[in-house]
Parts: sequence; C-alpha cells; structure tokens
Amino acid sequence: MNEISTIEKTVLSEYKYGFVSDIEADEAPKGLNEDTVRFISAKKNEPQWMLEWRLKAYRHWSRLAGEEPKWPNVKYPPINYQDIIYYSAPKQKVDLNSLDEMDPELRRTFEKLGISLNEQKRLTGVAVDAVIDSVSIGTTFKVQLAELGVIFCSMSEAIQEHPELVKQYLGTVVPITDNYFASLNSAVFSDGSFCYIPKGVRCPMELSTYFRINAENTGQFERTLIVAEEGSYVSYLEGCTAPMRDENQLHAAVVELVALDRAEIKYSTVQNWYPGDKEGKGGIYNFVTKRGICRGESSKISWTQVETGSAITWKYPSVILKGDNSVGEFYSVAVTNNHQQADTGTKMMHLGKNTKSRIVSKGISAGVSNNSYRGLVHVSKKANNARNFSQCDSLLLGDKCGAHTFPYIEVKNNSAIVEHEATTSKIGEDQIFYCNQRGIDTETAVALVVNGFAREVMNQLPMEFAIEAQKLLAISLEGSVG
Amino acid sequence: MLTIHNLHAGIEGKEILNGINLEIKPGEVHAIMGPNGSGKSTLASVLAGRKDFEVTEGSVEFFGKDLLGMPPEKRAGEGLFLAFQYPVEIPGLSTTNFIKTAVNEIRKYRGEEPMDALAFLKLMKEQMAMMDIDQSLLSRSLNEGFSGGEKKRNEIFQMAMLKPKLAILDETDSGLDIDAIRIVANGVNKLRSKDNAVLVVTHYQRLLDYIIPDFVHVLYNGRIVRSGSKKLALELEEKGYDFIKNEIDVSEEVNQ
Ligand SMILES: Nc1ncnc2c1ncn2[C@@H]1O[C@H](COP(=O)(O)OP(=O)(O)O)[C@@H](O)[C@H]1O
Ligand SMILES: [Mg+2]
Repeated sequence: MNEISTIEKTVLSEYKYGFVSDIEADEAPKGLNEDTVRFISAKKNEPQWMLEWRLKAYRHWSRLAGEEPKWPNVKYPPINYQDIIYYSAPKQKVDLNSLDEMDPELRRTFEKLGISLNEQKRLTGVAVDAVIDSVSIGTTFKVQLAELGVIFCSMSEAIQEHPELVKQYLGTVVPITDNYFASLNSAVFSDGSFCYIPKGVRCPMELSTYFRINAENTGQFERTLIVAEEGSYVSYLEGCTAPMRDENQLHAAVVELVALDRAEIKYSTVQNWYPGDKEGKGGIYNFVTKRGICRGESSKISWTQVETGSAITWKYPSVILKGDNSVGEFYSVAVTNNHQQADTGTKMMHLGKNTKSRIVSKGISAGVSNNSYRGLVHVSKKANNARNFSQCDSLLLGDKCGAHTFPYIEVKNNSAIVEHEATTSKIGEDQIFYCNQRGIDTETAVALVVNGFAREVMNQLPMEFAIEAQKLLAISLEGSVG
Repeated sequence: MLTIHNLHAGIEGKEILNGINLEIKPGEVHAIMGPNGSGKSTLASVLAGRKDFEVTEGSVEFFGKDLLGMPPEKRAGEGLFLAFQYPVEIPGLSTTNFIKTAVNEIRKYRGEEPMDALAFLKLMKEQMAMMDIDQSLLSRSLNEGFSGGEKKRNEIFQMAMLKPKLAILDETDSGLDIDAIRIVANGVNKLRSKDNAVLVVTHYQRLLDYIIPDFVHVLYNGRIVRSGSKKLALELEEKGYDFIKNEIDVSEEVNQ
C-alpha cells in the first residue's frame, strides 16, 4: 500500500497529561460582569489602582461586544463568555512558608507533570513557579535569587510587594485595548509570573513557569511580565499542560517583556495544552498575546516556541525594536495533528536604527489539521539600515492537512533589507523507506525526519527543554504515518 | 540463506520481474548485471521491502523465514542490508545520529541492549578509518549536500557499522572514481566471511575486478537469462549487452 495514503490512519497517541487532580477549588460564579472583576480583585486583596485598571479593561472589552478577531485562519463555534468560570483557586493556605506545606494532591499533580518544586533539585539550575488554574503555587529559589536582587514571584505577589514596578510596566507593551483577548485578560487575569532583573545582573539560572489548567469550565488568564534592566540577562521557560476534557477551554494569556539598554531576554515556550481528541472534540483554545519591547539600545529579545498542543492556537510573539541596534528573534516549531488548527507567527516592528530581526518558522502538519504562519515585518521611516531575514518552512505529513504562509512586509525606509524564504515539503516515502531499510520503524523514522526539520529551532532551546521538546514532537505525531 | 523462487513483481499493473530464481548461500558473492531498465533495482527494492512494488507470484526465503511477509525494518533486523543506488537526504538529521539509531534499533530487534556511547564511538572510529571517511562528513545532515561519491561511501560505511548477513549493493560503483571503488570494494571484502553473503548489482564489470564474484547472473527483461562464473562478466564487457539481447530476443521469437 502507498505509504502516504496510510497516513489517514492517524491515531493520536494518548495525551499523557490528561489526568484531573482532585483538588478542592475556590471559584468565582460562572460568567463575566463588573462584579466578577471586583470579585477577583477582592480575592487577591488588590489595591484600588489595580481594580480601576481591570475595570477600565473590562469596560473596553464589553464595548467590543463579542467582536473577536476574524482574520485568523481558524474556525470555531462562538464562545459563550458567560459560561466560563473566571477564577478558580486550589483551596489551600494562601501563605506557603515552605513547599512542604503544599497540599499533597497538588504535590502529586506536579510530580505527574514531572515538575519538581523541590529545592533539592537545585542542581538542575531551574527556578520554577507553577500556576494551577488561576493561582501561582510556589516559587522556588526565591532566596538565592533575592540575593542578586532578582525578583521572581507570582504576579499577585508582585502587585502586593512591588506595586511601583508593576504600575510602571504593566500594560506598557500590550495595552489593555490592544486586542479582544488582551482586553479580556487585563480585566480578569488571576495570576502569572513576574520577573525583574536588576541592572547588570546575569540571572544565573533559568526561570521557569509551568501552567496547568485543572478545574472544569474554567478559563485560564495568566499575565506575565518580565523586566530586564540595563545590561542584564535572563532566560525564561514556560511549559503548559491541561486535562483531557470534552468541552473546549479558553486560555487567554498576556506576556509582556521589557528590555532596557543592552539587556537580553530569552523566552522559551513548550506548549502542550490538550489538543482535543482524534475527532476534534475538546481541547484548549490558546489565544495568547505575547510581545516584547527592546526599549534600550543594543538590547535583544528572542522568542523560541515549540507548539504541539491546543485545539486552536492563535499567537504571535512579537518584538518592538525601538532601541537602536536592537535585535529581535523568533524561532518557532508548530505541530498540528488530527483536527488541530494553528495560526501563529510573529511581528517584528523596526523603529530604531540598525535594528535586526530573524524569523525561523517551522510548521508541521498531519491528519486533517491546518497550520498557518502569519508574520509581519514592519520597517518604519526612521529605521535606517534595518535588516530582516525570514525563513518559513512547512512540512506536510499526508495530503489531508494544510500549510499556509501569510507574510506581510511593510517597508517605509529604503535602506532596509528584508529577505523572505519559504518552502513546503512533504515527508517523503523515500525517506521513510530509507530509514526502514536500516531497521528503523516508521514511527521512529517520522520522529527523525521531523526533528531534523525542526533542528534549527530546537537548538535554540535550553538543553533540558530541548530533550523534552524532541520527545514531545515525536509523541504528538505518533501514528501519523505508516 | 536466500532462496528466491519464481518471483514476479511489478508496479501499477506493469510487470517488471518475470519469474526470478536465485539461491545465495553463506559465504558467496553474487553479481547481477544487466542493461538499464532490466529490473535490477526493482529486484533489490522488492527484497528490501519497498511498498510501491507488488509481488504477484513467487516466494523469497531468508534463513528459512518468509521474507516477503516481513515489513522492511524487520528484514533489516534479520540481517538484510541494501546500499541504495540513490541514497536519500534527510535535512537536519546528523549522519551519526541516524546510524546510531539504526544500530540500536537493530540491536533492539535482536533483543540486545543499546550500544553505549563509548563502544559506539570506538566502532565508528574503526570503520571510518577503513572507509576513509572524515568525521566532519558524519556530523553533517544525512546525505545532504554530499557528493555522489560521498553518498556511496556513506552507504558502505553504514553497511560496515550494521554488519549485515546479506548486503545488496545497488550500483554502488556508479559515479565513483577508481580510488573510491577500491575503498568501497575493500570495505565489502572486509565484511566477507563464511557466514555472510553479498549481492552486487552493477552495470559494469569494473567493480568485479575488486569484489570477485562466485557467480554472475545476467538480468534481462525481468528474468535471469544467463548465469555463470566471473568469466561471464568479462564476456559481457567485451561484447556488450547486445549479444545477450539479440540471443534472447531471437530465441523468444522462435518460441512464439
Ligand atoms: N517506481 C516505478 N514506477 C514505474 N515504473 C518503474 C518504477 N521503477 C522502475 N520502473 C520500471 O521498471 C523497469 C526496471 O527498472 P529498474 O529496476 O530501475 O532497472 P535497472 O535498475 O535494471 O536499471 C524499468 O522499465 C523502469 O522504468
Ligand atoms: Mg538501477
């Protein structure tokens, strides 16, 4: 039988993270109105200015009257925003003096996720924050980081402990009116991570957050803010999983990065939200706004993402290159299988002189999925000598899936050099047979070809993450050929 | 070790192999020669298990097992190796990583533990020296941007790493200069033992000066029309394939 025609026998491997933990939750009533916003703010004991900010966002959002963005190349039934629970917190002591006090069930959840919040694991050199449903659970290595002046805590804590920093930066990169989902997030965000790297400090360990949606009917709206002061450096990792549920769940996060003079922020994501079952039932709607600004000269922001999960992904990690000589990078692997849909890419906004950006996007589609790259390279009038290089490659497994590329280029300055290359290839029967002939079964062969295809991006990930991500690619395509 | 009995195979209803019979015993080297399009690569592909080809009649036994019933990776596990006429490129996959995966998958098939990194490295070094292959080639993406000669040498290098019981070389000599042919032949000869066999598919007799065959078969229109000793290869070289073609075509006309 023809190798490619057998691709139709696509079977999604069992989603490994699909368990539900039996954790008692403290929830807001379903639905969204001003009272919900007040409820969330009150739960978090927030100062008045924070509540005002949220309400402003809420009012803007409600004026949009359900006008979700229509331009992405994705299809889904209307979302009933009144049927979602906007706040769900594991019921447990708010103040965790030590991680030992953590609810044992919660602890087991993390063990299943392969996350250790255990300080004994310090050798791995990764400081972990974990957000389950809406609330941040514990931040490891706090003390060690504090000695360097690095702040790494939950957003709720930052609002309490470092209000001046939050006030100064929150919403400066992604304004509350930026887009439908960003406005929604601004109104109801419940937690997330906050990082602040002081002047001249190279953060000695990877900072990492794991996001987990657990409770039913809840949305997750986390908010992350990273500020890197002059000459500082930080590498931040983010991982996501969710239980298998028949209904779709909404995840609308906002991430803001601020890099000042000569600062560098490296932000890596391995996104493995539940993608839905083989028939396309259930799965996470991942509608996320991520943006960084290179505010200072010679600063650098680099996004790396490996996207394997979610029923729908709608996400464009972007960089505003404001400072002269600043650099923006976007490295992406997006895998879609079965009925998954992804519309993802980046925006590189060249405002400063001699700014450079590099885009490497690798889309992999299998099953009857749809994978779109959407990218904008904008060079403003004053951005002399701006450079961009974009490489967008698509790999198709089978002939029922789709790959699409939507590159937008706006150049207002003649000295700019903007290069765009795009390729589409099919995983070859010849490649699979060649591997088979060397004793390698088809599943492993697909993993080899796909990982080869994605290598340039995988190389950008920190070591521990890269191995995890490689396995993830293999798992999410299991059974898609042969 | 290999018994091919009345093998018929084709593609999309078109018959390419028309009843092949061949017996290969451990320790033997067989050469298959024949004009372009006679079905040599098809025979190699069918033996290796390429799915495009449909076997319509006949049987193949490999160490007493039904070869045609096995998927290609199992055939490899059983000790069958094909050096491809046109090796395939896999961008981004390092040659070393590929070979390591292959070695360990075959070991797994045989119920052996994966080879540890050190032992693997040692084996690589030995075989690299023998095949005159540079380390830098092996760290590059599999076959990507390799010259024709490098690709062929890489095939034989993989053979040396996997140590198959039956190696089928499909036109491994084409595109190689005389020095490269010597290296390749040397690699093949090193593998020769009383337990292993080699099936050399070639268009020219040149390679057979270095890999001395015990038997030479001439394939024409999907059938073995002549078998003989090394001398047959020399005779073909001297007279060209036309003399065989004429002979066969005439006898076919007579029979009709
Ligand atoms: N994939 C294929 N599809 C259709 N015809 C093929 C295919 N492969 C080989 N053939 C045909 O089969 C015959 C034998 O080809 P091949 O086995 O490659 O010959 P050789 O290796 O002896 O030159 C030729 O006529 C060729 O055109
Ligand atoms: Mg051939």
